[in-house]
Amino acid sequence: MTAPGTSTRPLRVAVIGAGPAGYYVAEHLLKQDEVVVEVDMFDRLPTPYGLVRAGVAPDHQKIKNVTATFDKVAAHPRFRFFGAVELGRHLTVEDLRAHYHQIVYATGAQTDRRMGIPGEDLAGSHAATEFVAWYNGHPDYRDRRFDLGQERVAVVGVGNVAVDVARILCRTPEELATTDVADHALEALRRSRVREVYLLGRRGPAQAAFTNPEIKELGELPDADVVARPEEVELDEASRAAIEKSGDRATLKKVEILQEFARRKPTGKRRRLILRFLVSPVELVGDGQGRVKAIRLVRNRLYATDTGAIQARPTGEVEELPVGLVFRSVGYRGVALPGVPFNESWGVILNEKGRVLDPATRRPVTGEYTAGWIKRGPTGVIGTNKPDAAETVACMIEDARRALTLAPPRPEPEAIEHLVRERQPLYVSYDDWLKLDAVETGRGRPLGRPRVKFTRVEEMLDALGRAGRAGSE
Amino acid sequence: MNIASLLATKGVEVITVRPETTIREAVGLLAAHNIGALVVKGEGERPEGIVSERDVVRALARDEDVVSRPVSAIMTREVVIAAPADDLAAVATTMTERRIRHLPVMDQGRLVGIVSIGDVLKAQRDQYQGEVDTLQFQLLQSPAA
Repeated sequence: MTAPGTSTRPLRVAVIGAGPAGYYVAEHLLKQDEVVVEVDMFDRLPTPYGLVRAGVAPDHQKIKNVTATFDKVAAHPRFRFFGAVELGRHLTVEDLRAHYHQIVYATGAQTDRRMGIPGEDLAGSHAATEFVAWYNGHPDYRDRRFDLGQERVAVVGVGNVAVDVARILCRTPEELATTDVADHALEALRRSRVREVYLLGRRGPAQAAFTNPEIKELGELPDADVVARPEEVELDEASRAAIEKSGDRATLKKVEILQEFARRKPTGKRRRLILRFLVSPVELVGDGQGRVKAIRLVRNRLYATDTGAIQARPTGEVEELPVGLVFRSVGYRGVALPGVPFNESWGVILNEKGRVLDPATRRPVTGEYTAGWIKRGPTGVIGTNKPDAAETVACMIEDARRALTLAPPRPEPEAIEHLVRERQPLYVSYDDWLKLDAVETGRGRPLGRPRVKFTRVEEMLDALGRAGRAGSE
Repeated sequence: MNIASLLATKGVEVITVRPETTIREAVGLLAAHNIGALVVKGEGERPEGIVSERDVVRALARDEDVVSRPVSAIMTREVVIAAPADDLAAVATTMTERRIRHLPVMDQGRLVGIVSIGDVLKAQRDQYQGEVDTLQFQLLQSPAA
């Protein structure tokens, strides 16, 4: 068979997931000129942008502006969007194989890693990601309840997500009112009685995953004093040696910022954000009625492994921190897609430079690829997905030129559109999304907000004039 | 970023040989799999050594007939083992400093992969490239950035 990729017989590609990874794959595919490609992007939500919409914090609008780049990709004549269409529900992998030469899974890391300690399921213990999705108006999480009547909160983890959660909890309603935080979250946060927020790091300040701008921001909150313990932000010998060897100035700077926090005197702000290091949670303590009343921590000591990486080891010294609300943010993992190989222990689709591997033969599965967090695990910033997507696309183009693709019996664009219409009559196109976008930003304008988000799928469909149609969500 | 995220994108196949495997066979495996090193494993799960293309070249330069000898005669016995949770930056520094080209990765007592200095540096480059790109975008705030 001759290779697809000509103007009369374009290479038809399905991208599953409309987050940064999916868009960067589409961008690279449409930018290269070796092969003529048509991209259809699918997302289970009616709205695109993945974690840029549902993950990036509302007080970080500048980061969210990356969507302008994504809209440019979407405006390409050979790009289509099918929102509110879910793999495994409306379409199967077999359906995709029947309509596309290549399929790319870019569904991200949709769930979080558990701490694996007693008491983890007590009321008042949540995944940080659920809170993040809730305040960002993700329809699946908009009805979650978080007890913000509690005065003391622990956030377990020191990555940027943990920092986001702690910072949002410390913002004043006035600060949040000019963002696109979901209305239900703004209301709940307005009534918040939270006074103390603890950020808990397992290792030392040099190993914390948060970036310098993120941590610096915590020291500039209008109504929260940042607190750190001098003895916990000291640079230990092993870490100092590692930094000296690598000449890593950013990490030194990070430690300096934290040491400056430790020297500060409280200024009487309404809230306190307390950074703790070298502690691991060992248990969530209940109040006898199924609610969290404290978190038990063990103090750690650092040591260097064989490779020079710094890890933590418990000392046996335990302390208890009274808190009524706990958010865990100790890592994320992908979720298996029906009909797609998945590595349970790492929470990723095993792959070779983006080519999905058959777990039995360890050979690439013809026509199937992956990109983003479901490909490499949840690491890096939005931009990290660009080189990641480029690697996957290079493999896709190489395979297409060698005619190593699926041989779909119905590759015409109309065929899949017909099938989607049949299975999900309420699907949302990019034009539909742009209409929703205009409504959201229009609602925000008089309030001085970037947008007022739709947080229910029915509201979105209503706004598109699709209420009352059969097969409603 | 840690070693686990690097292993995810290169499959988890580790080509291992036994200590008594001949160097001739080992050379064949290096060529067939297009790789630079083989992990040498005996009865235990922990590698006994690593035999790299460099080890082979060095041995051949000394004695052309070395190919019929076992890999255990030329392998590097001091093997540094990485863990999936090891930070990429720490591993990169250690490999560069100690001139280590290949690191076997063990998880809970099992050999789960091998990373090369090339893998590590590429992952680091991609990470920096992504950060630079994101920072540039935020500074310039223009879609073209």
